[in-house]
Amino acid sequence: MPKVTYRQPDGAENVVDVPAGWSLMEAAIQNDVDGIVAECGGGCACATCHVYVDDAFVERLPPISDMEGDMLECTAAERRAGSRLSCQIKMSDELEGLVVTIPDRQT
Amino acid sequence: MATAPYIVVGGGQAGLQVCDSLRKFGYEGELLLIGEEPVLPYQRPPLSKHYLGGDLDAARLSFRPASHYEKLGIALRLGVRVTAIDRERREVVCSDGSRLAYARLALTTGTRVRPLSCPGAEHPAVRYVRTLADSDGLRAALGDARRLVVVGGGFIGLEVAAVARKQGKDVVVIEALDRLMARAVSPQISNYYATLHRGHGVDLRLATGVTAIEPAVSGVRVLTDRDEACEADVVVVGIGVVANDELAAAAGLACRNGIVVDECARTSDPLLVAAGDCTMHMNGFLGRELRLESVQNAVDQARVAAGTMCDQPEPYVQVPWFWSDQYDVKLQMAGIGMPCEESVLRGDPAAGSFSYFYFRDGRLCGADSVNRPADHMACRRLLAQGTMITPAQVGDEGVDLMQIARG
Repeated sequence: MPKVTYRQPDGAENVVDVPAGWSLMEAAIQNDVDGIVAECGGGCACATCHVYVDDAFVERLPPISDMEGDMLECTAAERRAGSRLSCQIKMSDELEGLVVTIPDRQT
Repeated sequence: MATAPYIVVGGGQAGLQVCDSLRKFGYEGELLLIGEEPVLPYQRPPLSKHYLGGDLDAARLSFRPASHYEKLGIALRLGVRVTAIDRERREVVCSDGSRLAYARLALTTGTRVRPLSCPGAEHPAVRYVRTLADSDGLRAALGDARRLVVVGGGFIGLEVAAVARKQGKDVVVIEALDRLMARAVSPQISNYYATLHRGHGVDLRLATGVTAIEPAVSGVRVLTDRDEACEADVVVVGIGVVANDELAAAAGLACRNGIVVDECARTSDPLLVAAGDCTMHMNGFLGRELRLESVQNAVDQARVAAGTMCDQPEPYVQVPWFWSDQYDVKLQMAGIGMPCEESVLRGDPAAGSFSYFYFRDGRLCGADSVNRPADHMACRRLLAQGTMITPAQVGDEGVDLMQIARG
């Protein structure tokens, strides 16, 4: 199972095994990673599962859909180059070792 | 003498949020969450969407894993119903016979489905979608079914219809009113969704009432007040919900189509708060009382309730928002748009991405967005801040609403 590292704003890390096909948001929730709110449960409807993807992985992710792009304009923490909604990133073996940082706020 | 715990009655989204927020507000004492369903608190929205469609397994519906409750010191009693509140002795009485003392109590009892009342409605082919068990049952029943009749053209019924059409079932939707989702959206949005469903092959019958359900050779026959008969293997009823306020009412708390709470989620007993679908509450943003059935209300009001329990009351002023997924179309609603005096289109319905913005008393009061999340988020922000914006501005796609919202 591919591993993902969730880094908190204070630098603390959770390393989580994510089944292929699960979203980064779901894996965070089911492993009780703090800081991912996901009020809408993965519907790309609330922008409260925002993460910053480490530079090395940005290009390897599936592209940002129009819907996700619009929602990323509405995140509580600032949008940066690596900003993604974790509910929209499905885990696959190619993403082994992915590192994401959780912003300081989601609402 | 040890202090009694804080007890939360109701293991849905609001109940979990009260628990989490109590810890955030610094409550360090004992905390107990009592839930009637025998499973960890889980998300209900997917029950009529992806979960019903088989895209999700039950393990992925939980809000949090068991370790979360251990970590936060939230004791769970699941599969247990609270049958009475003894406010004099400050105890709740449970279905297993136990009596549990509380220091403060939060009621997050939610709603239950409104049952269809016509003759034959108790036939086993007639189903509802509220709980995980309901959705599991429906999922299995749909597996062998060829013909589905949906009674009620609201969010639940239409989401189920969309899932069933994707599975190739014959689907009839029967709605008593003359338009879909009439309680929540404008006629323009209702009409768009009628066309959408008909385009996906749904046999939509508006302004039609169900008069009886009769057993047929195979399945049932749904009879209508237009003298029609629709044969079905499965009937799904989605005609609204009823607040679970009987427990509160029996304990002498003020109830009126829900547990009456003030803007800080206080019931008529200062030791008791209530939050979520079950409350008739004062919303400071709207300036009036209402009952809301939504994730947003469950989460935001639960936070307010937890603050009140920790003697840090803050009024509930959040902007209501809702969403519904039908086929690949996302409907997002911000504010309370109806009734309105003016509705303004932004975008192009023919292109499948547009919003209607609603104005009441000359001010923006809400928006319904179809595949247009940026409008939805901008509207939420504009409403929350009370930013003045004109119909001409929202109707002009050259105007960046989020920029105005950011000020």
